[in-house]
Amino acid sequence: MQELAVVAFSQSDCLARAGAANEVELIMPQLQAVYAQVGIRNAQDVDFVCSGSCDYLQGAAFAFVAGVDALGAVPPIKESHVEMDAAWALYEAVLKIRMGQAESALLYGFSRSSSGDLPMVLSQQLDPYYLAPLWVDSISLAALQARLLLEAGLASEQDMAEVVVRSRRNARDNPHARLRGDLSIEALLAEDMFVSPLRRADCAPVADGAAAMIICTVARAREWGVPYAVLSGIDHRIETHNLGMRDLTDSPSTRLAARAAGVAEGPVEVAELYAPFSHQEIILARALELGPDTRVNPSGGVLAGNLMMASGLSRVGEVFRRIVAGDARRGVAHATSGPCLQHNLVAVLESAS
Amino acid sequence: MSKLAAVVGIGQTRYKTRRGDVSIAGLVREAAANALEDAGLGWDDVEAVIIGKAPDMFEGVVMPECYLSDALGCNGKPMLRVHTAGSVGGSTALVAASHVQSGSFRRVLTVTFEKQSESNAMWALSTPQPFSVHLNAGAGGYFAPIIREYMRRSGAPYDVGLKVAVKDRLHGARNPLAHLQLPHITMQEVEESMMLWDPLRFLEACPSSDGACAMVIADEELATRSPKPPAWIRGGAMRSEPTMYAGRDEVNPRAGRDCAADVYRQAGITDPRRDLDCAEVYVPFSWYEPMWLENLGFAAEGEGWKLTMAGATSLDEGGDIPWNCSGGVLSSNPIGASGMIRFAEAARQVRGDAGAHQVPGARLALGHAYGGGAQFFAMWVVGADKP
Repeated sequence: MQELAVVAFSQSDCLARAGAANEVELIMPQLQAVYAQVGIRNAQDVDFVCSGSCDYLQGAAFAFVAGVDALGAVPPIKESHVEMDAAWALYEAVLKIRMGQAESALLYGFSRSSSGDLPMVLSQQLDPYYLAPLWVDSISLAALQARLLLEAGLASEQDMAEVVVRSRRNARDNPHARLRGDLSIEALLAEDMFVSPLRRADCAPVADGAAAMIICTVARAREWGVPYAVLSGIDHRIETHNLGMRDLTDSPSTRLAARAAGVAEGPVEVAELYAPFSHQEIILARALELGPDTRVNPSGGVLAGNLMMASGLSRVGEVFRRIVAGDARRGVAHATSGPCLQHNLVAVLESAS
Repeated sequence: MSKLAAVVGIGQTRYKTRRGDVSIAGLVREAAANALEDAGLGWDDVEAVIIGKAPDMFEGVVMPECYLSDALGCNGKPMLRVHTAGSVGGSTALVAASHVQSGSFRRVLTVTFEKQSESNAMWALSTPQPFSVHLNAGAGGYFAPIIREYMRRSGAPYDVGLKVAVKDRLHGARNPLAHLQLPHITMQEVEESMMLWDPLRFLEACPSSDGACAMVIADEELATRSPKPPAWIRGGAMRSEPTMYAGRDEVNPRAGRDCAADVYRQAGITDPRRDLDCAEVYVPFSWYEPMWLENLGFAAEGEGWKLTMAGATSLDEGGDIPWNCSGGVLSSNPIGASGMIRFAEAARQVRGDAGAHQVPGARLALGHAYGGGAQFFAMWVVGADKP
């Protein structure tokens, strides 16, 4: 199968509130950054463009249409959109390149989650007949999951606090993070419960912003003469929506995707996991069978700043950045969608040499 | 290069104003189960599900693919949700095909739907946005001025729209699934219907429907041994352009012309009117037939209305290039599915499985969808013959 390369990535700061910035203003700086990284002018210089966003976060039907204005799509371009995190836009682009209809692709994801009350908006993602009318918000559902994990003895509040402490510490080196610094486990555990057993720090902070990436064939990457990471595997799986039928303390869909993406076929030096709640990082690390040698979320992960619809793509981008910088030779990126990790994507990136 | 892929199963629901008898999950499952039955397959034979629909606000469910995973037998499999405005039905079919054409999957299920009775599409399309002009007009109000410009440029007579409205409803009367069943409709009746957005009258506009459409797409080997004739995908293309830019031709958008040229090149089509046997084209408002006849190269610029008036696009008048034999969007319009219905109906024609609206001997057909401000296009050409 065609070998694919990630050649460029950029992410905005995770802003608590992007103010009056519209979609184009959110996206444009990230597009300019990835164009500059590979030395192209605009979206006309790639063969395919795909984006990820969610109308409900913007509060508008066809919110992604405004995004097209950031592309300079004159003459018309080959372009598509998923109502999902942009990690799935990456997946669509991978298929497009594998089928030979493109050699390069531009991907981006964006949102302004601050426009609404995100946990309540996400409650309307649930089964509209039986669950959505209850208005169970995404944090409450995650809290139920965390409670199951604690009661099964599969994690402790201390373990969850450790995830948060590491996230904030790692985020000190991430200029785009919203939350960073030195926390102690003791201080965290002394904080009040938010939605028991979750404390505020266990929940990813809402952020506005965008991320962009360029992928291509290895041949095109060499032609452009830019450093690249090989995207050696990518797969995604969904689970039942019925929370009562899932083992919420595990992530079988992540296990399936990891196997199909070939995670175990080599050492995992670095992993960037889309875990919007601290306990979910513990679940995911187990599902991916990560060992003590794997550095998990060296960027701080989404607990330091969560760009809805872009954070999954950013996880891939963060692994890419570490591989081309020589910090790691092989890494895993993960993206999630839906309540309590219902849908998961796993990608494996390797150094080119 | 692209691997061969073909449609081996097609399933649709009956289209209605309101399908109060089924939930959203029940609606999509009905179409999917029909497609699997048509393909002689079960849920376990599908490796991935690709789902599409227009804005989530049409039903009020955020990213409904999460909730629909169970109904579509998708648990443990990949599920992808496409949304490219009105063209989404076509785009979803193309994204589904790419799963197989890339060699990554052998057989996938693709489903699109809209349950418009759950909300008010006009409202959902007109939410005011900060810093933007608020167009509280719906789709008809948006397209009417563009149609008037077409009439001015082409000098087309007043009754072209009336003719299309009648022609597609007579086609729809042959299709038991069609929402509108108007076998006795006349041009006078259309003319006397209420003016909505000058020059579009009530009967020149599409209905608002509940419905779903599904297809099973398989690789070469599986398609060859499928029980019913496959519809081979001979080409697929998508194009997008901004809603507005200086010099944009909104009557004859370049994105549509480029998309058609791309798909014709892949399918080896040089003269679409001659080479194709029929077409299913997204015509939500009557006048878009002559406009798209020109945009898609079936007629020279300014000449499209002449084909319509001569009956060239009518099955009932024995036209040489029948358009929208299923009744088209003018007869059934579950928005998110409407594009895929075009793609699926094109496939039904070349499979010889279109019932009373079959074009005799159809071997090669075009499926077309557009969306946004006529700025997103998706097209495919399907054929009875393996390329």
